[in-house]
Amino acid sequence: MNKLHWKIGAILGLLILSFWLLYPTVEWYTKTPDERAKLEAVRMRPKRILNLGLDLRGGTHLLLELDVEKLGKKEQLNDAMSRAIEIIRNRIDQYGVGETPISRQGERWISVDLPGISNTEEAENLIGKTALLEFRLVNTSEAAQAVVSKAENMDGSPFNKDGSLIPEIAKMMPKNTILCKAAAGEEGDRARYYVLDATVPVTGAYLESARVETDRQFGTPSIGFTFNKEGGRLFDQFTGANVGKYLAIVLDGVVHSAPVIKTRISGGSGVIEGQFTMQEARDLAIVLRAGALPAPVNIIEKRVVGPGLGEDSIRKGLRASLAAFLLVVLFMIVYYKGGGFIADVALALNFVFLIAAMSYFNATLTLPGIAGMILSLAMAIDANVLILERMREEMGLGKPVAMVVPMGYDKAWSAILDSNVTTWIASIFLFQFGSGPVKGFAVTLTIGLLIGMFTSVFVTRAIYEFWLTSNPKELSI
Amino acid sequence: MIRILHKTNINFVKLRYVFFAISGLVTLTGIASLAIKGVNLGLDFTGGTMMQVKFDKPVPIGAVRSALDAAKVEASIQSFEDENAFAIKVKGTQENVNQKADEIIGALKTIKDASFTEEKRDYVGPVVGRDLAKKALFAIILSMFGIIVYVAFRFSNPVWGTAGVIGLLHDVFVALTAMSLTNREIDLVIVAAFLTIAGYSINDTIVIFDRMRENMRNFPKMPLAELINLSVNETLSRTIITTMTVFITVLVLFLFGGSAINNFAFCMLIGTVTGVYSTVALCTPMVYQWERRSHK
Repeated sequence: MNKLHWKIGAILGLLILSFWLLYPTVEWYTKTPDERAKLEAVRMRPKRILNLGLDLRGGTHLLLELDVEKLGKKEQLNDAMSRAIEIIRNRIDQYGVGETPISRQGERWISVDLPGISNTEEAENLIGKTALLEFRLVNTSEAAQAVVSKAENMDGSPFNKDGSLIPEIAKMMPKNTILCKAAAGEEGDRARYYVLDATVPVTGAYLESARVETDRQFGTPSIGFTFNKEGGRLFDQFTGANVGKYLAIVLDGVVHSAPVIKTRISGGSGVIEGQFTMQEARDLAIVLRAGALPAPVNIIEKRVVGPGLGEDSIRKGLRASLAAFLLVVLFMIVYYKGGGFIADVALALNFVFLIAAMSYFNATLTLPGIAGMILSLAMAIDANVLILERMREEMGLGKPVAMVVPMGYDKAWSAILDSNVTTWIASIFLFQFGSGPVKGFAVTLTIGLLIGMFTSVFVTRAIYEFWLTSNPKELSI
Repeated sequence: MIRILHKTNINFVKLRYVFFAISGLVTLTGIASLAIKGVNLGLDFTGGTMMQVKFDKPVPIGAVRSALDAAKVEASIQSFEDENAFAIKVKGTQENVNQKADEIIGALKTIKDASFTEEKRDYVGPVVGRDLAKKALFAIILSMFGIIVYVAFRFSNPVWGTAGVIGLLHDVFVALTAMSLTNREIDLVIVAAFLTIAGYSINDTIVIFDRMRENMRNFPKMPLAELINLSVNETLSRTIITTMTVFITVLVLFLFGGSAINNFAFCMLIGTVTGVYSTVALCTPMVYQWERRSHK
């Protein structure tokens, strides 16, 4: 075995490895959409495959911002962020969407991708609810009643835009109380308010489960919940100490009901009643089960691609790319003959290696990603043009074939290296665009350039050397 | 052997003032266009809402316009006639994610005898827009800086690196000018195109610089003008062929790639042409201009 054998062996080995890495991707995308959906739903989606970006398969991208100002004082931002991500993941999982990449971006942003979903109203409601459940005592003192009647008979809202109380109301509030709006009743009703104790004896953090229950008589939905052991104990103590008083059930700052505590409630379960539709009740049960967000989140970016547009752009983009690819391949063979053919073989290998590498890294292919791929392939062709032109020059000087090949490579190398590195410098700064189409471009271009250097220099040279061992005098370029 | 170019002997150095004048003119056009027309910044940077809808039958753009006017939605409308589709954009600061989109949908529902489906919807909040603009600017500045450093290091001559970067800036500026003149929108994808043009432009320049470096070693006594002309002419057929392959590729994408990558392809098309021009006609004569002065 000489050096050349090793080179050829390494190339063939890489090719086999690539096919092996490609197999899951090919297998996945030859399944029917229904089969894929079924497998995704049960988390059977293969790990190491090439993903299609939302612009190609349709879907929704959401960017959420955690409202840090409403975070508890003691809470660390990092903890809150990871908890928020965890909870959002839980909620979406219950919704049954399948693979949904959720990741932190920057300081306080969370990126959520919902592939295949373009009607996002439900999903947005599900994600956007803070779902902070609190049980508070209603303050029924005279001062409190005065506040309530004043607030209910006002023309405007008793709250400022930022959620604080207007001064007129604020100075009437009894000590250690807060004012809460009641859930909207039937239309046309005036807004109603409650004055509640500031201390929160029990919260939704102690919930073990929540489910939709329907009233036997009227069929109206409500949400039944069960506390865990500690929550049950706290609730038992709390209700025991406050028999005869009103208990407000507050969800995200809105009082949903305020029944009177008739007896001590042990056993740790209860019901939230209110004017829910079936859908609302179901969503509420989900978010209560998944837990409360540490602070509210706001949607600050949303991008939706309908399924039709995705298919259309993938078809057009792919067809055009394929046509361009074939044109270049053809041109190389016509212009450089044998040398062009070898460059084309390298190009094909480049393509296979690139897709295999992207599958292995579980990368996402977007439309700009395809553009990046094409550009990296063009760079690989450029490297071969550089080499071939050098070889032609050396041939023109009348050098023997055995010298033309190594001279061509040696002289072209510095230009190939420098040009690839500079393009690479430009592409690497695009990685900072956390996610989305531009990152797709950066990924394919960066990987593509590395692989392109390998195939257009190492692989083609091995092929020439292999050719020259049996035909030392002939070179068709 | 097929050859596009046989041995050429064009005196690029002698023609340099013509080239400088052409580039000066183009740059002035660009400055004028940017000053008068400005650039059409996309939603990515301005923030706002974009909706693309497809009707089930042909609807005149006037009907869409008047429906939106009636609902008091101030929007720009782009029509894709062969597809019965419209892109409706409301740029600017919007705090609420679905508000504008709902207004648009409400307005479009008033159009009689035609129903539509939503194909695409983008909402970019004000914070995100600013953030993306900042990142794009950083990406461009940092990569230019990285390229200068690398080129200066590889050629151990700051004049060459600077000439290369001026060529690159020239090309990106020309592409920007073309975008401004044709009123095409600049979004994140176009930023990617700018960076690719930058990479390509410097790539071409480096190939010629590389040849100049080599010829300097081989013919240490050759006058600079002759050396530059020799190097550019020697690499000319490679420059043309490479550019042609890229140009064909991008042209096909431009003509048949569909609306989603049309702007990107257009930008690249301009970039490849000006990339070759700047390398051959700007960067190398510039090196001559500066080096000659410093030797005097």
